[in-house]
Amino acid sequence: MRMLRWAGLAALALTVGATAAQAETVKIGVVLPFSGANADLGHQIDKAFDLYIKLHAKDIAPHKVEIIKRDEGPPTGAVAKTVTTELITNDKVQILAGFVFSPSAIALAPVVTQAKVPMVIANAGTAWITNLSPYYVRLSFSMWHPAYPMGAYAYDKIGCKTAAVAYTDFPPGKDSVLAFTTGFEKAGGKITLSIPMGSPVQVPDFTPFLQRVKDAHPDCLYAFIPSGAHATGIMKAYGELGLRKAGVKLIGPMDLIPDNKLQDMGDAAIGTIVMGHYAVDLDNAANKAFQKEWHQAYGKDSYPDFMSAAGWDTMHAIFDTIKKLNGKVDDGAKFVDAMKGWSADGPRGHVMIDPATRDIVQDEHAMEVIRKPDGKLGEKIVGTTKAVKDECKVLKLGRCGS
Amino acid sequence: MSDIKPRDPAILDARERGADYLVRRHYFRWTEALPWLIAIACFFLFPNRMTFGNQVLIMVMFALSLDLILGYAGVVTLGHAAFFGVGAYTVALASLRLGWSEPISGLIAGGLLAGIVGAAVGWFIVRYRGLTLLMLTIAFAAMLQESGNLRSDLTGGYDGLPGLMFDPLLGYFQYDLYGHTNYWYVLVVLAVVFYFVRRIVYSPFGQVLTGIRENVRRMHAIGSPVHRRLVTVYAISAAIAGVAGALFTQTNAYVTLTVFDFDNSAKVMVMLILGGTGRLYGPFLGAAVYMILEDYFSKLSPTFWQLGIGLLLVLAVLFARRGLLGLAEDARGWFAAKERDKERRSSAPRRLVWKREHWTALGSSALDGAIIGFIAGFAINMKQIELMTAFVTGMPARALTFTLIGAGIGAGINAIYLLITSRTSVEEQAS
Amino acid sequence: MPHFAIIAVSILFDGLAYAMFLFITAVGLSVTMGLMGFVNLAHGAFAMAGGFIVVSLTRSYGVGFIPSLIIASVLIGLISARFERRLYRRLYKATDLEQVLLTIGLAFMAIAIFTYFYGPIPKSVPLPDWLEGSVNLGFRAFPTYRAFLIALGAVLIAVLWYGFEMTNIGAKIRAAVDNRSMAESVGINVDRLFTLTFAVGSGLAALGGGLAIQLFGLTPSFAVLYLVLFLIVVAVGGLGSLKGTLLAALVIGIIDTGGKYAFPVAGNLFIYAITAIVLLYKPTGFFGRE
Repeated sequence: MRMLRWAGLAALALTVGATAAQAETVKIGVVLPFSGANADLGHQIDKAFDLYIKLHAKDIAPHKVEIIKRDEGPPTGAVAKTVTTELITNDKVQILAGFVFSPSAIALAPVVTQAKVPMVIANAGTAWITNLSPYYVRLSFSMWHPAYPMGAYAYDKIGCKTAAVAYTDFPPGKDSVLAFTTGFEKAGGKITLSIPMGSPVQVPDFTPFLQRVKDAHPDCLYAFIPSGAHATGIMKAYGELGLRKAGVKLIGPMDLIPDNKLQDMGDAAIGTIVMGHYAVDLDNAANKAFQKEWHQAYGKDSYPDFMSAAGWDTMHAIFDTIKKLNGKVDDGAKFVDAMKGWSADGPRGHVMIDPATRDIVQDEHAMEVIRKPDGKLGEKIVGTTKAVKDECKVLKLGRCGS
Repeated sequence: MSDIKPRDPAILDARERGADYLVRRHYFRWTEALPWLIAIACFFLFPNRMTFGNQVLIMVMFALSLDLILGYAGVVTLGHAAFFGVGAYTVALASLRLGWSEPISGLIAGGLLAGIVGAAVGWFIVRYRGLTLLMLTIAFAAMLQESGNLRSDLTGGYDGLPGLMFDPLLGYFQYDLYGHTNYWYVLVVLAVVFYFVRRIVYSPFGQVLTGIRENVRRMHAIGSPVHRRLVTVYAISAAIAGVAGALFTQTNAYVTLTVFDFDNSAKVMVMLILGGTGRLYGPFLGAAVYMILEDYFSKLSPTFWQLGIGLLLVLAVLFARRGLLGLAEDARGWFAAKERDKERRSSAPRRLVWKREHWTALGSSALDGAIIGFIAGFAINMKQIELMTAFVTGMPARALTFTLIGAGIGAGINAIYLLITSRTSVEEQAS
Repeated sequence: MPHFAIIAVSILFDGLAYAMFLFITAVGLSVTMGLMGFVNLAHGAFAMAGGFIVVSLTRSYGVGFIPSLIIASVLIGLISARFERRLYRRLYKATDLEQVLLTIGLAFMAIAIFTYFYGPIPKSVPLPDWLEGSVNLGFRAFPTYRAFLIALGAVLIAVLWYGFEMTNIGAKIRAAVDNRSMAESVGINVDRLFTLTFAVGSGLAALGGGLAIQLFGLTPSFAVLYLVLFLIVVAVGGLGSLKGTLLAALVIGIIDTGGKYAFPVAGNLFIYAITAIVLLYKPTGFFGRE
């Protein structure tokens, strides 16, 4: 009897010991702009990362994650490259996450490929980025995701026969406008005016640009600006110049109406229709839970936006993949393979990683800004395109085809 | 120079010493080997930080180019990133559009083109000084950047030119993830460039530059072709900046329009001033210290590292007026002076004699303390730091309390300061 | 109205509003650099601080927009006076480079500190109802806020002009700018004048920062983002000259607005081109002293 008990105890000890020995600590390097002019973007994503890790740490038990955060620096790519290379060689991270700026992702492609470390992109939106390295997985979006369906939607459903496009003069702006133009002209519309609106660093005075648009009398104005201070600026100028009364409807990707700036935009924003994959008012269970957790952690005046939603899903995908591989994440290629085809219901709705392109597939909603019964501004879904892929890669346009 | 030999041995000695100094100025001192030894040692001590090491070396070269024009010739420019960018884009476009990917010739081409642009621009702007010159250089760099964005089909705009390919160095050394090859490459190029700069600085041409910096009217008066000299040094400086830019593109295999940013020009100037202008090794010290501290602070606090850097700069100006190298020299001088003063200092007791101006000083510090206290109270109110505010509630009461506390602390600190530094001995009071 | 005239009026109006913002914020820098010979690159930081004070006052304490502007200006003016006496005064004799280093360091510290307290998310201010919306004159709707900016700028110009040209203190300041040693030997307390001018200049910068929130949004990086723009206005106008700063602000504001209307691809090229052209022909700016 005693022998049996001892054997039993020994067996128990061995199993417990064995499971304990299996607990891995996965090192994740988080690279986001924490300082500088674009720090607000980095913080929106970082908050989402922190929140998810805090709430879901038990999901991957007994494994743990160790987060090492580094400042992405200015959008030159050089600092990101140095910082990330050191994360890989010095801190020996197994996964990289974050990256707001496209130049960072572009600069890092050869590094990440050579080091065989998976990089999960939580924002950088230039379409062909995922083609640059087989270790890139993007959870956020490409400029084409919201812009291309908007083209057809604008012509068919909003009734824009002619449109003017205005964009901040840097690659994401040009990308977004190209996507919209492709979709719009395919549906039968005509672009009458194209206005670059200065550099992304300083918020310009939008009045001369919008005055020019007003003088051209298009049916709609498709505007792309970096989310943040530019959004409020352009909305205020749009309202002050009375463009809506003049018959020029404002449309654009969701960057135009970041949720944490919507309330400041006032009446000028009412009637704007944007195509996006996330809004605070999106009505699904995951989003409601996400909002509740967000407000509890960060206060009732703080709002998540599409970048936070992308950040949340990024961590979700990483955690799910860690669980799938049972904590064995040292093989980068295997990690990426395990991530392909991942799908879940997140705050954006149903999202999936396209195995062919490693880019995100998500629903795009046409949303109109309305004033809700409680007096606040909100967005109402007026149309949905399901499971949108990055059209640039589908059509293999330009660099997307490589 | 008089032919009459002075009979005072002290003067004779001084003249000989002066002549001796001028003759031996350019000899290599053993201390000069230090920075290079440190750089080589870093490779073996920190093999995992070579990508960062690359950036530091490139910045050293960039700061060195600025030192030539700013430190030695006294021309203050905030647009040097323009030439860095010209060098960077020359190499990038040569590789992408012309298929020319041999690194060393690309380097030379980048430097050459930057030098030509520097000569052209310099010819126009070198006659100006002060704020005018500053704004002209800023405007030129910004215009280059905007034009680059205009032709973003050529330059790739702010997303830049990715995927640049470069041949292995000398046909043999490959680039690797850890940046090892790159480090030696950049170090060797830096050594060559530095030798070149050193020769210039210690040559008669270098003397002309110093003369222009110190007293340009005198230089005109003695018939020196000031404008030509300045354009020449501007072109050389631009060429070196171009080489630094070319190395940047080659080691990163990527370049964007942000290389022309005003931020880059400002940063390299800060590094140079920090290290000490007008000295050969100022750029080394300044660039290394700045970049290492920036890296350290941003790892410490990715969001607030600018506070550390800002504080460093403020302290440097207040206490290290001529840069860190100047500080080293000052330290040596201070110790020597203390030795000399030791004999002269009396041993009489020292006490603080209270004067009218001490009251004003106290009041001034109290006012400063009050302001800081008020702001602190305001800030604590914002951040709701519970522990510190339990004893007083409500914004107005909080602000008042902290203002008073601040005033008290301010006056107190100043009183202590006065007690320590303003004590005079009996003899000094009598005088 | 003929189409061309409408466009011209539009550009003039928008350019004027932009110019007023530039003038209000940059005039302090011009007078400081002209009078004290002190390169104060922390000027933008004072403007940013003023803006954030306005944000706090209007959002957290319910103070009105206009009173907040006044309080912010006065507060920043007082605080900058302390900075001047404590810190800047030591460096009057120092070289330009050292002043640059010190003030850039202060600007960096300010950015970090304000990021700590306010976060990096851009802020906006709630405007009183009468400032929202636009005035419709039939051929074009003119935003009320910009009209307010123009009016406020005009009032400030008048006040400053009166102060400079007609008062004793103004005469003393002009004397000190012209020839400091002579002014001192006539018995003018130049030190106290410095503090006063610096305080007024920084207070105006704070006012400009508060006004800018509606135009450009406010983040801590404001301190350095628009610094080059202010320096351009100061350099093109001429150091220490009220007239010069005004003219430079007008020229840059209107040509930039017009350029963005007519050739938006050029981006900021026009501003830098104007700077280069003016400075190449008149190195001391429009009304600077030789």
